[in-house]
Amino acid sequence: MQKSFSIYFKLILTLFLTALLGYAVGLYGNLPWWSFVVTNFMISIVIVQKPVNAFLSGALGIGLLWLVLSLVIDGQNQHILSTKVANILPLNGSFSKLIAITTLIGFLLGGLASLTGSFIRKEK
Amino acid sequence: MRLLPLLASAIVTIGLTTVLNIQLPIGSTKSPRLGYFLSPQHGFWKNAEKINANFDASIFADELKGNVDVYMDDRLVPHIYADHDEDAYFVQGYLHAKFRLWQMDFQTRVAAGRLSEIAGADKLSIDRFFRRLGMVYGAEQTEAYINEHNPVMKATVDAYSAGVNAYLKQLSPEDLPFEYKLMNYSPEEWTPKKTYLFLMFMSYDLTGRSASADLQLTNTRDYLGYDLFNTLFTNQQDSLDPIIPKGTVFAKPSITPIQPLGVDIAYLKKQDSNLKATAVSNSPEAPDKNNGSNNWAVSGSKTKSGRPILCSDPHLGLNLPSLWYEVQITTPTHSTYGASFPGSPAVIIGFNDSLAWGVTNAGRDVLDYYELKFKDSTQKEYWFNGKWQATTNRQEIIKVKDSADIVENIAMTHWGPAMYDAHYQNPQSKGRNLAVKWTGHNASTGVETFYKLNRAKNYDDYLNAISLWKCPGQNFVFASKSGDIAIKQQGNFIARWDRQGDFIMPGQDSSYDWQGIIPNDENPMIKNPERGFVSSANQKSVDPTYPYYLGTASSFPLYRGISVNKRLSNMNQITANDMQLLQTDNYNVFAEAARPALMKFIDPTKLSPDANRMVSIMTSWNLYNNENEKGITVFKIIWDSVETSVWGDELTGSPIPLTAPESYVLLDQMNKDSNWSVADDITTKNKIETLKEQVNVGVEKATKMLLELEKEGKLSWSAFKATRVLHLTKIPALSRLNLPIGGGENIINATTEAHGPSWRMVVHLTDEIEAYGLYPGGQSGNPGSPYYDTFINYWAAGKYYRLLFLPKEKLVANDRTKWHIQFKTI
Repeated sequence: MQKSFSIYFKLILTLFLTALLGYAVGLYGNLPWWSFVVTNFMISIVIVQKPVNAFLSGALGIGLLWLVLSLVIDGQNQHILSTKVANILPLNGSFSKLIAITTLIGFLLGGLASLTGSFIRKEK
Repeated sequence: MRLLPLLASAIVTIGLTTVLNIQLPIGSTKSPRLGYFLSPQHGFWKNAEKINANFDASIFADELKGNVDVYMDDRLVPHIYADHDEDAYFVQGYLHAKFRLWQMDFQTRVAAGRLSEIAGADKLSIDRFFRRLGMVYGAEQTEAYINEHNPVMKATVDAYSAGVNAYLKQLSPEDLPFEYKLMNYSPEEWTPKKTYLFLMFMSYDLTGRSASADLQLTNTRDYLGYDLFNTLFTNQQDSLDPIIPKGTVFAKPSITPIQPLGVDIAYLKKQDSNLKATAVSNSPEAPDKNNGSNNWAVSGSKTKSGRPILCSDPHLGLNLPSLWYEVQITTPTHSTYGASFPGSPAVIIGFNDSLAWGVTNAGRDVLDYYELKFKDSTQKEYWFNGKWQATTNRQEIIKVKDSADIVENIAMTHWGPAMYDAHYQNPQSKGRNLAVKWTGHNASTGVETFYKLNRAKNYDDYLNAISLWKCPGQNFVFASKSGDIAIKQQGNFIARWDRQGDFIMPGQDSSYDWQGIIPNDENPMIKNPERGFVSSANQKSVDPTYPYYLGTASSFPLYRGISVNKRLSNMNQITANDMQLLQTDNYNVFAEAARPALMKFIDPTKLSPDANRMVSIMTSWNLYNNENEKGITVFKIIWDSVETSVWGDELTGSPIPLTAPESYVLLDQMNKDSNWSVADDITTKNKIETLKEQVNVGVEKATKMLLELEKEGKLSWSAFKATRVLHLTKIPALSRLNLPIGGGENIINATTEAHGPSWRMVVHLTDEIEAYGLYPGGQSGNPGSPYYDTFINYWAAGKYYRLLFLPKEKLVANDRTKWHIQFKTI
């Protein structure tokens, strides 16, 4: 009971930390867009988790970050640009699909980066 | 450490990051870098502007001499109030960059022949064309001249450039305009040369049609033989209503251009016919034939208020972001409002607190080709005036994305650059060595004309300002609060003999050279005419008594001018609203003349029931090219089809596409001569077709096409015409398609498929100026902004905005004023 609580606590803590650091490095336009891959990887080395949990915290951290950011931006823009982009990309003008793909990229890459880091140190 | 999973996971992570970080090929183009493009903190999401964005800002710039206040109104038009002229242009540059950076950069890259640098080898043909035409060469001439001789213009353009660069300096990568992210490149520093390149592009757009037309006319003449050519491409326009009223007496010319001896054989080629042409294709870069415009001014004697009203609507390719950007500039020396070019300082078409001005294209021929004889393939010498003369070599290096540089070596001659030679050919140039001579190559202080018009107080200032104008030749219309109206055709025009420069000219001696530039005071002009109005609509400016040749008649559309003059003659007690209605008028004066001419030849007893039904749609039409009319679609398709049956047989045998004659040629013949020999179908050997037969054949052929259109529901005019405003990249998602708008060729509302009134302006010169205007676009060039295409629906509906032109205190207090951008020295 105690143990499983701490596992979830750790997962959620890592998730937030991932999102926070990912957001922070994203504020610097001169850094590459994939800077969160590096921060996720490092977080995963520092906070040791099972590979599955590391993947989940990284994937959800960045995926949710990208979901929330794109949702907020898109709402404030009333879908003007997302609809155009979803017509340039083969998404039939669907802003929802565009947000889904944005989220998916953050989810996959964030998860993979954290997963990779989790293999560096073994969970005690 | 678990090595295997670590390696596997690392490879997948790095692999996916890499794939998302590069441009992937899709067909002939490339995708954006997807990870970057979709990243909410870096990519396109950053360009999605808040619907209720606040444009208030404070900007510090140490280049400024004093503080500048900019107020943005509810349409996002900036009203610039500066204490120093140069500061105003600095801020204009800054705002152009803030709202139109990508477009300015892109358009000057096109002009400079640098598209391949960002788009790859696909665009090489366009780049080579512009380099060899001498676009960069011309911009360099202007830059050198202004730097040396014109400190005021230099300071103006320098301040403008500094403003653009001040914006660039503070621009962070995540805020790059959308298109850079889509195509994956970055902006570069602005330079005065880019401004001159942009103006070169306008010269090309408005006078460069000769660059392809002269070749096509030469080939058409060679193919048809001079006599038939001269019939189909006659310079006689029976119904011409020129800009300067017929019967005006012109002063004795100071230059009498003399035709060289032997011109009939050596140049016009009257003895040859059917010098068969060889290959296929068109010059891809020809500016739109319809690049033209309307402008007019009515004097107080014809208006309700007793004050003049001036109208101007330049017809150009319709694009997003628009070529135009509205601005008010107010400094202690002047106060002006109008449409500006992102890329250039000052207001281009507009008004100030004393007067208003507008422009239409003069259409005069100012670009010629001369055929060269090189001594050998090194092109180091060419035969001129009886001896071998040395060329100089001009090198143009074209950088190509993902590929090696291309070097153009261009031989410079007495005439100008040898545009076509052994290294650069197209099917129209047919292996000839051709030098191009163009007034656009000469140093030009065009910016100064607008600089001075912005500050002009009266008629003399207007004349003085436009006297500096060289290329592209324009009809400058003018009206002042004090009651004067005037129009003058101004530019560097060549004193030509009849048909000089319509075709490629012999270049082996100076006998075919230009014999002079017509002095400014001999250019067509008229001030305060008795009829109470002045106007121009790209028709020939003068009747045949004018002592100089204007250029081939196909460069001068006839019918809009007739329409405008007819309407203005009949109008009195005119209001600004009447003028708006006239600018958006859809009456088809060509069809008014052509429909009865057609009906004379149509024989209903010989037509199928479907054809008769179509003819009746045409005859019951009210002659207005309104959005929902079907009659105009039927008329247009029948007319085009009749043209094809009449002269298509003469032209289609050629392997090179030839120029088709103008519609008025057929119409004039129909009215004059029903036994016109051209009507005969030369492909039928034993039969001579009459015009009557050909018209009926044309109607039947048209009916087939019309039935198809009817099935698709595209018989109504706007559905058939499908007017669009295309993004400069031609990406449909960034464009506005299928707009509900009438008008068309020969119509005052000259809106065709992708071309039309690019800025509509009506200025009533009352004490407090009452001005209306709009362009089919929006003040923001950002496709993610609600201000991207704000004006388009209004424009299509023929509506206007009242323009806010006020002194600072009144503007600040106006309830349409929304935001304040402060520019401060540090």
